Amino acid sequence: MRGLSGPEGRERRWTGLDRLESRNRPPRSLLVALVLASITFITLDVSGGGSSPLEPARRVVGEAFGPAEATVAAAARPFTAVPAWFRSKDDLADELRDLEASNAELRGQVELAGFDRNRLEQYDGLTTAAEDLGSALVPARVVALGSRQSQSFTVTIDAGSDAGVGPDMTVVNNDGLVGRVLRVTRTTATVLLVIDPDSTVGGRVGSSMEIGFVTGSGSLRQEAGLDLRLVDDASVPARGDTVVTWGSTTGPYAPGVPIGTITEVYSSLREASQRAVVKPFVDFSALDVVGVMVPSGAESDRALVEADGTLR
Amino acid sequence: MKGLRWAVALAAVVVALVVQVTLFPHVAWHGVVPNLCLLVVVAAALTVEAPFALVLGFTAGLTLDLAPPADHVAGRWALALTIAAFLAARVRQDQKPSALAVVGTVAAASFVATSLFALSGVLLRDPTMSVAGLLEVVLVAVAWDVLLTPFVLPPLMRLFARLGPQWATS
Repeated sequence: MRGLSGPEGRERRWTGLDRLESRNRPPRSLLVALVLASITFITLDVSGGGSSPLEPARRVVGEAFGPAEATVAAAARPFTAVPAWFRSKDDLADELRDLEASNAELRGQVELAGFDRNRLEQYDGLTTAAEDLGSALVPARVVALGSRQSQSFTVTIDAGSDAGVGPDMTVVNNDGLVGRVLRVTRTTATVLLVIDPDSTVGGRVGSSMEIGFVTGSGSLRQEAGLDLRLVDDASVPARGDTVVTWGSTTGPYAPGVPIGTITEVYSSLREASQRAVVKPFVDFSALDVVGVMVPSGAESDRALVEADGTLR
Repeated sequence: MKGLRWAVALAAVVVALVVQVTLFPHVAWHGVVPNLCLLVVVAAALTVEAPFALVLGFTAGLTLDLAPPADHVAGRWALALTIAAFLAARVRQDQKPSALAVVGTVAAASFVATSLFALSGVLLRDPTMSVAGLLEVVLVAVAWDVLLTPFVLPPLMRLFARLGPQWATS
């Protein structure tokens, strides 16, 4: 093998087609061995389910790759922000107009709420939920996104077990529900987004307090939305209603976190249930700063945002 | 020499993976990013002997399966990239890799790997996705990989060729 790196190795390249062919043929035995090894991994992971024997391996690889991903993302942040500078005055004027419109709409909603008993109850419920929550937020940034080829909508954030983050914690941003933590390493955590087809969140329609299940649609576009199926088929959700999480404080999703607004409603005769499309508040294609809900007063390596807005 | 080549190949896979999950999502088309790990594996399959490329494909795939944002069933990318490496190593038998052959090999390997991954997902019911959606993802992924080939493949192939006996007899 060593002798071939010399000039005679170069000679041999052209000596004959038969040798070239015998050398070039990929070994079938190795292919079969590696394919079987892959299938073994798949079988182990599928049959293991939640406590898969590959979880420790994932954790070890995560410990190695997590810091590298966080470092590269931090180094690249000044450059990835460049497109945001090149916005014309027209873009900004458009955005201002949109914001003014939504501001007026929101003001109208707030003024109406005073007369709407249902709405009042809903807000009341939300306030008590917030009081019950007793949780604080660990701020974190998204450092890596899973590709669409891999078919799962997951991201890596730069807060891990050192920051007090653990599996099944709720992840939010300033717009609403982002997802839940799947697994953590010391410095990073993997988050399953609510748009993942495998993700199911318990949702509650704001005005009628009806409960249902919100499933991801597997698309990054905000219009594609999420799927809401109500448990009670007699109640029809209204367009424009807000959907919040119901869940419990012990479950994966904390209650009372806004998910999105209902944009379309379908009646499915076959399944005798109401199906609605929920447009999420969060823009998943532009995720950056998120917060992980941890119990108030948790140990962390960084400042926590408490429920009343103070930093600790 | 062999040890050094392994070190360089694994370093290339690690760099490719980190760049793929951290930087390319910012320019992704509906979340589809170029599969840089696949490009590293194809570069190895086109330059060095087939067993090395096969094992590298398996290793790169397994890393893709286990590294952080991934949450699918582990082993699916390992299977896809091993078979892609096998096919890329077979293509080389018939012709010396010209520029066109390299691009063709990348396109074929990308198509096969992404489709195999998608099909394994359908078989395992890992996520439930429509066939039309899968096809769109596969085609966009092939386009991305071909687009990046001129920038990634030539330097990698030169590197692999310099580090090892290019046409070694085994």
